[in-house]
Formats: sequence, structure tokens, C-alpha cells
Amino acid sequence: MLAQLRNRLESGSAEEYLSILFEKAERSRLNGFTTLAKESALESAREFDRKPWGGLMAGVPIAIKECISTSGIETNCSSRILQGYVPPFDAHVIERLKAEGAIVMGKTNMDEFAMGSSTETSCFGPTHNPWDLDCVPGGSSGGSAAVVAGGEAPAALGSDTGGSVRCPASFCGIVGLKPTYGLVSRFGLIAYANSLEQIGPLTQSVEDTALLMEIIAGHDWRDSTSAEMDRWSYLADLDKGVSGLKIGIPKEYFGEGVNKDVERAVWEAISTLEGLGASWQEVSLPHTRYALAAYYVIAMSEASSNLARFDGLRYGLRVGEDKDWHTTFSEIRAQGFGPEVKRRILLGTYALSAGYYGRYYLKALKVRTLIKEDFLHAFKDVDIVAGPTMPIPAFRIGERINDPLSLYLADVFTVPINLAGVPAISVPCGFAGRLPIGLQLIGRHFDEATVLRAAHAFETATSFHDARPEVV
Amino acid sequence: MITRDDVEHISWLASVKIEDAEKDEFVEQFNSILDYFHQLDEVKTDGVEPTYRVVDISNIFREDVACQSLSQEEALRNAPRRENGYFKSPRIV
Repeated sequence: MLAQLRNRLESGSAEEYLSILFEKAERSRLNGFTTLAKESALESAREFDRKPWGGLMAGVPIAIKECISTSGIETNCSSRILQGYVPPFDAHVIERLKAEGAIVMGKTNMDEFAMGSSTETSCFGPTHNPWDLDCVPGGSSGGSAAVVAGGEAPAALGSDTGGSVRCPASFCGIVGLKPTYGLVSRFGLIAYANSLEQIGPLTQSVEDTALLMEIIAGHDWRDSTSAEMDRWSYLADLDKGVSGLKIGIPKEYFGEGVNKDVERAVWEAISTLEGLGASWQEVSLPHTRYALAAYYVIAMSEASSNLARFDGLRYGLRVGEDKDWHTTFSEIRAQGFGPEVKRRILLGTYALSAGYYGRYYLKALKVRTLIKEDFLHAFKDVDIVAGPTMPIPAFRIGERINDPLSLYLADVFTVPINLAGVPAISVPCGFAGRLPIGLQLIGRHFDEATVLRAAHAFETATSFHDARPEVV
Repeated sequence: MITRDDVEHISWLASVKIEDAEKDEFVEQFNSILDYFHQLDEVKTDGVEPTYRVVDISNIFREDVACQSLSQEEALRNAPRRENGYFKSPRIV
């Protein structure tokens, strides 16, 4: 995994390894990468080969989602309105990765502005699932998940607003973590719904996710919601096992709407954890059925405000002759945004407009409180909560894209976690035919260590994460 | 119920021009999505405080000291239209 790769690169050649990845990415049918930073990455690799540096990611390449700012490398949120934008600065997480010796190898495809669960709303076209090219990779960090699962990058970063790291991790058969809100700085993450989103790792193993968390977690004064926590080692406790661990199984996460293969695989995973010394009990998260509505009201409202900055003035698309202020911006935004982004901006504007604020936005924020309290209540009795990441395996490209509501409904088990701000990981736990299934483990605020420890114990006892797709 | 007129009004508020051809589709989709949102009405929220931020952090202050920032050239580099070291906006008055 990453630690072994680092050791191999120190004695071998980072340039050679990177060249193999680039060659593979260029031949790929996944459409996972949007930009390959060949020149800058190969230059760094040659420099590393001449004089290796230290760090947890010394010489190791990493792929970065399109919405995370990378100095000198185009960052466009897979949207026409930002095409050509090259950030003059690095996001906090990129600074941290570079400080630990990592090499940014390129940017990965996503749903436009992270609005979607399938990576089909990208202006670069859909990314394909490496397990079945006719299926979606999940989203919105679908490019990041596909390139890691397809062996085109050893690890990647994504962002998770309502499941955007965990959903593609589940659909592509890899590991993905959404950290506690406030643990990872959002400085340099282009905002979609700022009260919900966190940057998280997508990797081939739990150990790799722990390693990346070790690097990217921590206080940053440039993000006013960044928590001041003592630094924690996520790797140190990884091997401590699950003996005595109490797992809560929410009854609302099973039954109607959940695919039978998914349900079976998740129950088998719970038995595996039980066999390793954990115990489980049923818990209730009674407001789960209202989470989707609350999530979409809040996310759309925040989006309508956050995306107001895209006006073609300081960066991005500028079209036609300048007319009056309002007409110019309205035309730029009409051409720059795709249909799903327009839908969310317009609905969010409506939810925040005079006369509707109380009915939609304020109401959703109150329901958010109840959903958070559901989790706090459950965590009085149990250490972690377990269930499916997604109710279904990957669906076919084109199957749901024309019916926005049916696409939203797939996020039923991922959005409550963002509303509550708690951490959650998706780990591979089986297959439906040849499509991977993800187990979701949810923890208390800032208790990533327990989530990672349980996920690592499960992974060590099973071999699902070893399976690799044959394609490309 | 959202009407065509509502969609036109929201599009004006949001500064996103909507083509005539898109309007009917948006009306239909918005109504089905808002209809789904209305299930929130079932939840009793009397006396429940809204959650704006899940992790309680407020009033983060720092000393007002100047630190390194972008140069004018860097700040302007991505601007599609500029003139004499400024961003060039459409005419306001």
C-alpha cells in the first residue's frame, strides 16, 4: 500500500512509476482524469530520484478532485463556467500533502460543482465504473474513485457534501472517509454547501486512508470552521481490534428500498465484526426518512449563495459583448452552468426567498437538529453505527439522470451523516454480481480513530478490498 | 405550486437566464421536488433550535496584521477582461 510504495520509490524510480501511471491513464476508457499534470509531476519525480526527500508521502503521486485548488494546475469543478481557471494558490490539504513529499499527478472528474451521485453531470462527460464500463462510478468524486480502483493512481482526495466520497468508494470497491465537520480545513475547496462538506481520502486500504488523515487533518486559521484539536495519530491505534466494541444497527437502514444483495453483504459484515469480538444491538435513528428533504433544502440554499460568485468578472467564462450588469451575468451563468447546477441554484434561491425562508430553509435546519440528536442519542449506547453506504450497487449510465428526484433518493444513507457532522467510512464488503458493495461505519464527532480501527479490523479479516477490476 | 411566472422570477433573482424551452421542464421538476420537500411539514419542530453549524465554533478572532497576499498580477491572471490593472466589469450606470 502507500507506505510500501513509498519505500519502493525511495530505492527505485519515482519517474518510472509515474510514467507507467500516466501511460495507463492516457490509454484508459474510464474518463477519470480531467487533467494530467505531466510536466510538473514528472519534473518533481526526477528531482526526487536525484535527491530523495522525506515525508509520509515522499515521492508518492496522488490524484486530486477538480474542486480542490491546486496552484498552477487547472481547477474547474468540471464546469464550463470555470474552465481555464488556474488557482494562484494551493488548498490547505495540498500544502499539507506537499509538505509530506507527495506529488500531485492530476485532477479528477466530478459531477459539476459536486452536485450529483453519478459523475454524469460533468462538462467532460461521465466517468465509467472500472467494474462495468456501462455503469456509473458513483459521485460526485467519481473520477477520484475510478482512477484509484482502476489502478491509475495509488490514492486520491475527494470531497463529501452528502456522500460524495463514500458513494463512489462503495460503487468502485475502495475505501472512502468523510471526516468530522471541522477536522479537515476547507481552505481552497471550492464551496458547494459549506456547512456540510469535508475533504476526504479515497484509497485501496483503510491503512492508506489513516495515513492520509494523519496528513490532512488539523487546524487551519484560514477556515473559520476549522476545529482546534490536539493532533491525533490515526495509524497508532489501527491494529487494536474490535474486541468489546459496541455496534449499533439502525433499523431504518434496512428493509424497503434496499437491494437484497446489499442487505445480505452488510449483515454478513456485521457477523464478521461480531466474530472478531464486537457486539451489536439495534438502534433507532427515527428522523432518517426526513434527512433527504432536509439535506437538499439546505444544500440547495447554500449552493445558491456560494455559486453567486461565478460572474465571469475575476475568473471563468465571459461571453459576448458586455450589456448591462444583470443581463451580462445572467447570460454568462446560463451558458456556464449545466442543468443540475441551475436546478439547485434556482430551487435554493426559491427556498431562501421572501415568504418561503421559514417554510423551507429554517424548517430544514430544525430537522437537522433532530437528525443530529438521533445520532448523539444512539452514541450513548454504542461506539459506532453500521449499515449500508448505498442502498443499491452502481446503476447504469443514463438510467437515472433524467429524473433528478430518483437520483437524489439514492443518497438516503449518506446525507444524514453530513447533516449530523459525524465521521463515516465506506469499506468494501461484498459484490452484487460483479459490482462492489460498501459497508458504512459511522462514529462519534472527532472519533475517526474508532471508525478506522473497526474498518481496519474488518478489512484484515476479509479479502474484498483485494479484488481488482480486470478492465482497461 | 410553482408556475412559469415563478420560474421566471426566480431566474431573475438568481441571475441565471432560462430559455423558454427550458421553462416547462423546470416547472414540472421543481413541483415534484418541492412536493417531496413538503414531507418536512410532518415533523414537529416546536421549540427545536435550528442547526447552522454542527460543530460549535463562534467568534474566531485574530490580530489585524498584514500578511503576504497575492500580487496584482497574480490576482488578475484569471480575469477574462481587464484594463490598466483592473478587472473590467460591464457598465453599471
